[in-house]
Amino acid sequence: MIQPSLTYIEELADGNEAFKAKLIEIVKQELPEEIELYYKHVEAQLYSEAAKDVHKLKHKISILGLEKEYHLAVAYEEALREDHCDGKIQFEDILSAMSLFVKSI
Amino acid sequence: MKCIIIDDEAAARAIIAHLCDQVDNLEVVEEFPNALQAIKFLNKNQVDVIFLDIHMPDFTGFDFIDTIKNPPKIVLTTSDENFAITAFEYDCIVDYLVKPLSLPRFLKSIQKVENFVPSATSNQEETANPSTQESSQKELYVNIDRRLIKIEFEKIFLIEAKGDYILIKTEDKNYTVHSTLKKIEDKLPESLFLKVHRSYIINFKKIIDIEDNSILIAQDVIPISRANRPLLMKKLNLL
Repeated sequence: MIQPSLTYIEELADGNEAFKAKLIEIVKQELPEEIELYYKHVEAQLYSEAAKDVHKLKHKISILGLEKEYHLAVAYEEALREDHCDGKIQFEDILSAMSLFVKSI
Repeated sequence: MKCIIIDDEAAARAIIAHLCDQVDNLEVVEEFPNALQAIKFLNKNQVDVIFLDIHMPDFTGFDFIDTIKNPPKIVLTTSDENFAITAFEYDCIVDYLVKPLSLPRFLKSIQKVENFVPSATSNQEETANPSTQESSQKELYVNIDRRLIKIEFEKIFLIEAKGDYILIKTEDKNYTVHSTLKKIEDKLPESLFLKVHRSYIINFKKIIDIEDNSILIAQDVIPISRANRPLLMKKLNLL
């Protein structure tokens, strides 16, 4: 089960609630935009562009504490650079889990 | 040291700025979402270090380095581990940080930067810390309601940042002054005072006890940030 968390953000904030709130707000704003762009590119089979989107999404994956999923994203980014999309379903599951989590916080 | 941050991701810029905040002599003067805006800025301004993302649309981090004349020291911040070898072909690149960034790794990077920019660091310490030249002074005057009130250093317990104000807690009373922690820090003698957290400076002669990441001073429990804890421990006469 893909379980995003705020562990990394909380550790980084080290009790600084203002920073924690600011970073969460930024993630809530940036993540849907990045996901939308990724789907736009992958549906148009613009795989090299989609690879750039995955690259950026990797950081959000790590910010939300998804270590194992981060490695899946690395492999998927590489696949897209090689012009195929192995790992698409697993990667998009990660996106769904992150979207749900971000909406819930 | 003055630095800028270049990263197309707002979350990354916020994280780096937050980490820079934990370092005493490091000031973020500007943040840029792309390299082109940063180039314009650097045409008119000088900085000591740049935190630079590699993958950005239109203009990559390496394109940026190739474009600027006499680049300052650069710390690459990236989610891509594949460019480490390329990075070290550039003399100006002093470190390569892989996201997600952590405070301990970031502090190591700052140490590397300081080794490369020794003059900038020592100059700053000399000029930004007039307290070292004013060690004979025993008090500070603060402006409250158009009166200059004398506060003796030895009587101060701690100073807390409160938005645009600071709260100075002393043995006699507490004073709220329109100022910043940075401004008062420059006026305090290093032999007595230490910034232990982004919002607190303490008189470490007033410490009652220290437990994990907090200090008891008078009635107050003050947090110690991880970045400042080693300096505090160095200042204490530990058995």
